[in-house]
Amino acid sequence: MSKNGKVIEREDVVVKFAGDSGDGMQLTGNQFSDASASLGNDLSTFPDFPSEIRAPQGTIAGVSGFQVRIGHKDVETPGDLADVLVALNPAALKSNLIWVKPGATIIIDIDNFDNKHYKKAGYVEDPLGDESLQGYNLIKAPITELSRATVRELKLGIDNKTADKTRNQFVMGILFWLFNRNIEDGKQFIRNKFGKKPHLAEANIAVLCEGYNYAETIEALSTTFQINPVQNRKGKFRQITGNVATAWGLIAGAEKSGKELFLGSYPITPATEILQELSNRKDLGVKTFQAEDEIAGVMTAIGASFTGKLAATSTSGPGLALKSEALGLAVITELPLVVVNVQRGGPSTGLPTKPEQSDLMQALYGRNGESPLPVIAATTPGNCFHYAFEAARIAIEHMTPIILLTDGYLANGTELWKVPNMSDIPEIKVPLVKDNDPDYQPYKRDPEKLNRFWAVPGQKGLRHRIGGLEKSDIYGDVSHDPFNHERMVELRQEKVDRIANYIPEQSVYGNENGGELLVVGWGGTYGALHSAVKEMRVDGYDISMAQFNYICPLPKNTAEIFSKYKKIVVCEINNGQFVTFLRSQLPDYKYKQYNKIQGLPFYIAELKNKFQEILEDK
Amino acid sequence: MENTQHKLTKKDFVVDGPVKWCAGCGNFSILSAVQNALPEINVPIEDIVFVSGIGCSSRFPYYIETYGFHGLHGRAAPLASGMKTANPNLSIWQITGDGDAMAIGGNHFIHLIRRNVDINVLLFNNKIYGLTKGQYSPTTPKGSVTKTSPNGTIENPFNPGELTMGAQGTFFARVIDKEPKVMKEVFIEAHKHKGTSIVEVLQNCVIFNNAVHEQITGKDVKNDRTIYLEHEKPMIFGSERNKGLILDKGYNLEVVTIGENGISEDDLLVHNAYDANPNLHYMLGRMTYPDFPVAAGVIRSVKDSTYEVLLDEQVKHAQTDSKINNMQDLLNSGNVHEIE
Repeated sequence: MSKNGKVIEREDVVVKFAGDSGDGMQLTGNQFSDASASLGNDLSTFPDFPSEIRAPQGTIAGVSGFQVRIGHKDVETPGDLADVLVALNPAALKSNLIWVKPGATIIIDIDNFDNKHYKKAGYVEDPLGDESLQGYNLIKAPITELSRATVRELKLGIDNKTADKTRNQFVMGILFWLFNRNIEDGKQFIRNKFGKKPHLAEANIAVLCEGYNYAETIEALSTTFQINPVQNRKGKFRQITGNVATAWGLIAGAEKSGKELFLGSYPITPATEILQELSNRKDLGVKTFQAEDEIAGVMTAIGASFTGKLAATSTSGPGLALKSEALGLAVITELPLVVVNVQRGGPSTGLPTKPEQSDLMQALYGRNGESPLPVIAATTPGNCFHYAFEAARIAIEHMTPIILLTDGYLANGTELWKVPNMSDIPEIKVPLVKDNDPDYQPYKRDPEKLNRFWAVPGQKGLRHRIGGLEKSDIYGDVSHDPFNHERMVELRQEKVDRIANYIPEQSVYGNENGGELLVVGWGGTYGALHSAVKEMRVDGYDISMAQFNYICPLPKNTAEIFSKYKKIVVCEINNGQFVTFLRSQLPDYKYKQYNKIQGLPFYIAELKNKFQEILEDK
Repeated sequence: MENTQHKLTKKDFVVDGPVKWCAGCGNFSILSAVQNALPEINVPIEDIVFVSGIGCSSRFPYYIETYGFHGLHGRAAPLASGMKTANPNLSIWQITGDGDAMAIGGNHFIHLIRRNVDINVLLFNNKIYGLTKGQYSPTTPKGSVTKTSPNGTIENPFNPGELTMGAQGTFFARVIDKEPKVMKEVFIEAHKHKGTSIVEVLQNCVIFNNAVHEQITGKDVKNDRTIYLEHEKPMIFGSERNKGLILDKGYNLEVVTIGENGISEDDLLVHNAYDANPNLHYMLGRMTYPDFPVAAGVIRSVKDSTYEVLLDEQVKHAQTDSKINNMQDLLNSGNVHEIE
């Protein structure tokens, strides 16, 4: 298909898909991302959906969105504002108009822009009639009508209701034309998706082509965009969400420790996909147990750990609260256990589908008694794999429960991730005990790491009893001795503190030798913080950043890093939890803070404004 | 060094340290019966695990020389389920009480039974909270005066048998802590049963609810106020062995006397513990004095698939059928874009 129009080369472009939560916006977004990935673009995606499954059609509450940013260079975030907005109904337009760039292309389904839909969306005036859309390149496409007509012509006996579900492919066709994607990639995606329903595949492909042809025909879209492949990047890449990467990292941990993976869990947004993914991985020997509640989920995992499995439980904030007593049990029995907490907005049920970093204090301190455990965090969807593996490594090698924090932004977002080579990943050393070891005692410890050893039922000559009551040092008998208790509390703390000897030092992006401003973040804010700092460094600002993956214990060089900068600003999607922790751990430094608590990720522009303000404030 | 050829005896299951229950506690005889039963189940000692929640009964794992795990209040069932699912080769014994299993752990209790994980649950029912010193439990009879019900409880009690049948239980038995031989035999039966076995032990708390079961288990009255059910035996009881159970015309249980109204032994119901239909087992399980004798022995024992075996089968099938044999296969599967 030849093109006569103008082609503009762009570094990157942000596309936002928005429609009713039943309109297939997530699927459309994935399809577009996949076609871009196959052309060698880097990308980052972020779905934005309501917690209701199908809120009333056409209302603001029912709008489901999917944002993707594709680029010629490294893409670290899904982008602040959209270059292209697809709005299938007035509600989608109304709720997303503030998130598009001036001059952006807005594609609407004109067939849904009528008084009935305006009323549902809460529009008083016809938005097409007033000035609110001036300055945008508005494409009023008859998407519903043309999709239905295309499907009807195929004479497959598909009704209008089903035909309407192909509308997302019409949109896709427009975008494939607009961004010079290969239409064959789009067809292949459909064939894979509807493999078992050939008539639906046929209908969707026909509508995809119709959308493509429509775009080619209309003058308003005569300018198309070219985003060239990323240079200097070789190897195998795949799109991956944080949740799938987390599940896979746990399997990798099982493989590298020679242990079977057991997940005891209970479905909870936004962590459920971890349980789902692992339930589909029986081929790799994974056992999952969908328990009756969060508590049972973690208890089955503790039971599995006692019998010598790599045990994990996955949850989100409210579930972590329910598990807290059991985490204390894992602390006192000193059994390996990986707890994945995919954070969401709280307190209570809060904002189930929106990201927040507000469970840090709960992870660090949310248990009764002196109950220390390590806490780590993933920073991108792809590195959830690495940090899930790290969580397994630390849990097993140090015989401890550990909490891995991710969030809804990482969990559901995707990036183009370089597929690792398993042979590059180190073995996990399991603190095993040999059968009939005459020196075995349940609470005898490794002199360096201070971990106890993992003797499991079925092993001969190692029978012992553990539990929630305080145990005597070395021998593990029930003990209420006051000095023993103090010693055991200290040992458990020291064991966690010494993990600092077995984790990498903290790295700094920017001026490692120090400077004016150090931006500090942790977890899922990496992409936005890094992009903002990178852009400001290009503009000549003296700014650096340290994004923390290891939170408890902190890397050993943390204080040394902090001492080199005149100003430190700690940025979090919460009300200041990490900064509070830092103030307690390293009180010698002055910390500024930047917090956002809107159930939204950071945007690069707002960060740059804040950092400039701090730097200019002498 | 442990000798695998060694024939196990009760002594192998006795711990060195002290057993810290109150003098006269019913738990001692239960512990002894368990220690008598275990050498006869033909399971290597290292494959046996005792798991518990919280309460007097739940200290049990510390007092028996096997692997043991003293868990959280109410949570022994999922702890045990995790162990059995992870390693189906283990013989798992869950020790629990009426508070642990029926109140804080009520949810886990019914779900354990529904899944039919092969775990032997010994439920020590003394109808009182012992470790917290005398508050009413979910099995305390309505109207009972306790520390937290000075005017009498206003709650209907649970009957563990009813809950077990309601949750589609495959094995339910009831024993009395004063009958060591019966306990031993029933514990062995519980072990043999593949699936969740619930054994309710009518246990005496000598301090806070002494003689709670005496009304039915007292020496002089037991024969008239309990009925010991045996598979394929007629439902006969009484100190003179002249009382029995029949179904009346409304299909309700009725106590009859042999020799009265033309009733002979042949008219009595014959116990079929293996009957898949739970209706009669349910009625037998919920019989209470004074209208009925309380049923003891194995009331229900039916075959069904177990959770851990079904899961293992699914895992084996998946491993046979899948092209993904290791993590690298998985990483390379699906939509991987090779960029050169």
